Amino acid sequence: MSTMTINLKIWRQKNTEAKGEFQVYKLNDVNEHMSFLEMLDVLNENLIKEGKDPVEFDYDCREGICGSCNLVVNGRAHGPKRLTAVCQLHMRTYSDGDTIVIEPPRAAAFPVIKDLVVDRSAFDRIIEAGGYVSVKTGAAPEANLIPVQEEVANQAFDYATCIGCGACVAACPNSSASLFTASKLAHLNRLPQGKPEREKRTVAMVQQMEAEGFGDCSNYAECEAVCPVGISISSIAEMRKNYLKAIF
Amino acid sequence: MPTLLQAATSQVGRKILTGLTGVFLVLFIIFHLGGNLAIFGEPDAMNRYSMILHDFGPLLWVARIGLLAVFLIHAWIGISIWLKKRKARPENYAVYSSKGGPSKQSLSSRTMAFTGIVLLIFVIFHINTFALGDMETVLIDGRETHDVKALVIDTFSNSAFYAFGYAFTMLLLGAHLGHGVWSAFISLGMSGKKSSAIMYTVGTVIAIVLAVGFLFIPLYIYFGGGCEAALIQCT
Repeated sequence: MSTMTINLKIWRQKNTEAKGEFQVYKLNDVNEHMSFLEMLDVLNENLIKEGKDPVEFDYDCREGICGSCNLVVNGRAHGPKRLTAVCQLHMRTYSDGDTIVIEPPRAAAFPVIKDLVVDRSAFDRIIEAGGYVSVKTGAAPEANLIPVQEEVANQAFDYATCIGCGACVAACPNSSASLFTASKLAHLNRLPQGKPEREKRTVAMVQQMEAEGFGDCSNYAECEAVCPVGISISSIAEMRKNYLKAIF
Repeated sequence: MPTLLQAATSQVGRKILTGLTGVFLVLFIIFHLGGNLAIFGEPDAMNRYSMILHDFGPLLWVARIGLLAVFLIHAWIGISIWLKKRKARPENYAVYSSKGGPSKQSLSSRTMAFTGIVLLIFVIFHINTFALGDMETVLIDGRETHDVKALVIDTFSNSAFYAFGYAFTMLLLGAHLGHGVWSAFISLGMSGKKSSAIMYTVGTVIAIVLAVGFLFIPLYIYFGGGCEAALIQCT
């Protein structure tokens, strides 16, 4: 088991209004089996022992399924590995002496709360605008009551895997939330339960996405590249198709 | 439901309009290239083509105004998207890089605004040179018509600035279309994970064919091609 020294350059910002700046830290004895977030835990333990303010960062499950973590590591959302949330990134990816720059996702619609933690409630408001199915749920219905073709079910599930981490916004050169919005639409719009509200939902969520201050999509597809669950930008094409159908 | 105007100016509407106007502009330049290639045809092919176009009279003006409107809408939306970038991300990253894989970030996609603005300026000069420029007249089938061919050969054979300037701008056109054609497919709702690679390849091929087609002619003329057929003296 080898250990290494890692140089960190981390964005520190006291609150939303404060002006942020980078601070440099040196971390010795970093274990290659540590996850990226465990490495930050070690840094924070050291900082607390020194009586300093620890670095705030978001996390919850640390299993790559909750979408809480969203750090931009050396200019890439969730770090260098594809289909990997930053909590699932391990220090063996790095070498002794490496410098790692850590920034929060940067977007006007994601204001920094503190350090690396941003307010992603804009996503919640996009969901509130139409990311649901208006039916009386009651008790769980019999599983095969509404037949769904396997292919449709699989596609819907693929899009439903979006964990709302916001990496798509972080990585988009225009800070567009199109992949997030489109994945939710593609998930709900293709299922029999979601179809009746398809047009209304598409227009409402698109409107909310713009109202939140996210940028325009330029089809860079960087969002798909950084998405930890690999949502395809085909969903964005589909969103436009459904939008056209809603208008005409 | 939003009105048609609200829809057209929404984020998704803007993208659909960009794709739609883009497709129209690509079809136009394919048509334009066809006209340019007439220079390799019969000696009077290019002027005859120009005469046929002018024979459309008022219809030609309808087409010109329509084309101008499409061009301006495309440019306006593109520039406004580019200007909004800063507003959507006031504080930029200190370090930024692409993750590769399915990402379509490239020199072509990252320079869309730059190549687009250069093409916009180019078109103004281009119209001034070839549509509004002084032209001799020639007789075709006993009718007087503009000698477009002489103007083209005169312009490109006598000026390295024009010949290379045009050729270089056509490289930028290729770069613009490299991302643009593929982007139009996605903007117009053509989805499908498998067809994505095909769409990107089709886009690249269209970009290369059009760029090479357009830049070949000024360079060909500059290096002496077409002189023997010209009515004026090449230097």
